[in-house]
Amino acid sequence: MIGTLAQHVLNAVQLGSVYALIALGYTMVYGVLTMINFAHGDIFMVGAYLSLAGALFLLGLPSQLPPLLVFLGALTFSMTLTALLGVLIERLAYRPLRGAPRVSAVITALGVGLFLENFTLAMLGPEPRQFPALIPPTVLQLGGLAVTPLNLLIILVAVAIMVFLDLLVRRTLLGMAMRAISYNRALVPLMGVPVDRVISLTFALGSAIAAAGGLTYGLAYPVLDPYMGIRIGWWAFIAAVVGGIGNIRGAMLGGYILGLVEIFTPVVLPSSTYRDFVAFSLLLVLLIFRPTGLLGRPLFERV
Amino acid sequence: MKCVRMGAGVMALLWCLAALGGCPRPEATEVRLGVNAELTGSKPAVGASCRNAAELLAAQVNQAGGIRLGDKAYQLTLFIEDNEDKAESAAAAAQKLITQNGVVAVIGPNASGNAIPAARICEDAKTPMVSPWSTNPKTTEGKQYVFRACFIDDFQGQVMAKFARENLKAETAAVLYDVASEYNKGIAEFFKKFFEAAGGRVVAFESYTKGDMDFSSQLTKIKGANPQVLFLPNYYNEVPLQVQQARRLGLTCPIIGSDSWGSEELLKLGGPDLEGTFFSTHYAPDIATEKARKFIRDYQERYGKTPDDVAALTYDAGSLILAALAQAGAPDRQKLRDALAAIREFEGVTGKMSFKDTGDPVKSAVILQIKNGRFTYHASVAP
Repeated sequence: MIGTLAQHVLNAVQLGSVYALIALGYTMVYGVLTMINFAHGDIFMVGAYLSLAGALFLLGLPSQLPPLLVFLGALTFSMTLTALLGVLIERLAYRPLRGAPRVSAVITALGVGLFLENFTLAMLGPEPRQFPALIPPTVLQLGGLAVTPLNLLIILVAVAIMVFLDLLVRRTLLGMAMRAISYNRALVPLMGVPVDRVISLTFALGSAIAAAGGLTYGLAYPVLDPYMGIRIGWWAFIAAVVGGIGNIRGAMLGGYILGLVEIFTPVVLPSSTYRDFVAFSLLLVLLIFRPTGLLGRPLFERV
Repeated sequence: MKCVRMGAGVMALLWCLAALGGCPRPEATEVRLGVNAELTGSKPAVGASCRNAAELLAAQVNQAGGIRLGDKAYQLTLFIEDNEDKAESAAAAAQKLITQNGVVAVIGPNASGNAIPAARICEDAKTPMVSPWSTNPKTTEGKQYVFRACFIDDFQGQVMAKFARENLKAETAAVLYDVASEYNKGIAEFFKKFFEAAGGRVVAFESYTKGDMDFSSQLTKIKGANPQVLFLPNYYNEVPLQVQQARRLGLTCPIIGSDSWGSEELLKLGGPDLEGTFFSTHYAPDIATEKARKFIRDYQERYGKTPDDVAALTYDAGSLILAALAQAGAPDRQKLRDALAAIREFEGVTGKMSFKDTGDPVKSAVILQIKNGRFTYHASVAP
């Protein structure tokens, strides 16, 4: 019984790690632009496919590389290219609309998401792709708890990235600039902060982290299809809002809460059909009592 | 965009004018058949096999000079619609094939979740429909114009329950199925019913919803119930994830499945985790009859791969329609329906079928095992 419960918690932490990584991208973009980047779920999907491409390339090399090296190689490859994609999207689709009403940017983001989905569909075809097992699938039995190296790797990578990002935002000049922009975008350029460059870097960071999410997700659920970003994107978005959108630690917290919801709904209720119902109800109730999320600052309009 | 829309408007206007003018139809020299297939969506391998087999059949018929009905030869023309593996698109595709393309009959859809709504449209429009692969009883239930080329889930559930009880000697079983799909839900319930009737106990009956990727909570619950066999009556795109996650959670019992596993894609996605699993299906290339061998050869020559069960059943569905057309003597929907309903015996590439006024054939099932990364014949079960 304890074993089963521990197993559920382990499953939830693994899934929550992936949600947290993707939620970070939503929250960072919202922080600097007060805009919801609805294409983020699809950027995650592209990141997963790029990880697949990187992994297949490294596995296809004549000399056999150790699995951890293949993992890190695919991670670097995918994070770099996805970061470029994020910057490109911001430059081409969002920057021209910076002065436009906020709804235009949101609609553009939805359009970019549809573009990414259908472009991938057209390039690769509708067949789902299999993600190779980079990590040997050994199962360690600890009492009733089954642990695989993959569980630990996913959680470790996610935590490492989150610690890195947290330090970056709190301790570096770039992080200070990001926080300053999120505090007051009109005033910050007067202080000599290159706003456009900071926004580009924010997109690059958010997209790179989504790519890391894509790789870990691909390892855990090794069937990729062009529409995989839609549901994950929504769940990560809820995670970001639950945690308090714009707040980095909030996104991490929200990711783990959503992981728990996803895993424990079918445990408590008769079917996983209630998952979305529970997740969205949680969002609704939370927004009634804490409109800015769990860790969000109270919002006030400056006059 | 504007141009396109205007173009469509002009076309619509011309259509109306043509209809009002009642211009005489040119003498028909073709028989139009519709194909309503899952070309995109979550199981594109099903749609691709269906389309390939239908195109192969049409090419063979037309190469041999077309269909002779009475003293006239007709060319067979296919109209292929993508139903995106969605119930509403399947109904819309059926509607389009019937009203716009004027097909005499429709082949497909294949998945029961799509076939059931499309069957309602065909029934209302009095257009014969033959589903190659939909095994849920509801597809043909209470309908005059809907037929199929495969066995139904009552039988399949019974076959797998018996296999689990007698061959695997399982006392207890667990089921994980998609509660949002008619096919999965139907067969899961039949399996439970027959497994319990055979003296077994279903210790876990867990469900998920189409689109889920994480099954770990259900599988953890199943592991806690410690079943001797796990039944996964789900589609080929989800089964690999379920099997992998089950194995990673340390679930070691035998795993069995149903005809929805039959695509080669399953092997590509699942890899070594699937070794040793069993599933029931419609035909096995290993034990093909002379007729089936010819079909397999032709299909391999044209597409470079072995036809799966959907391809074989689509070929049979098309052949059934052609046989009925020859009886009907004219490309007429009502006559075709009557001829289809009058068929009693039919030998297709998936074996002998006999019909009893329900639109459902009675035919045997085969059980395949995944061995060395291939589907291998294991046993046949007659009804």
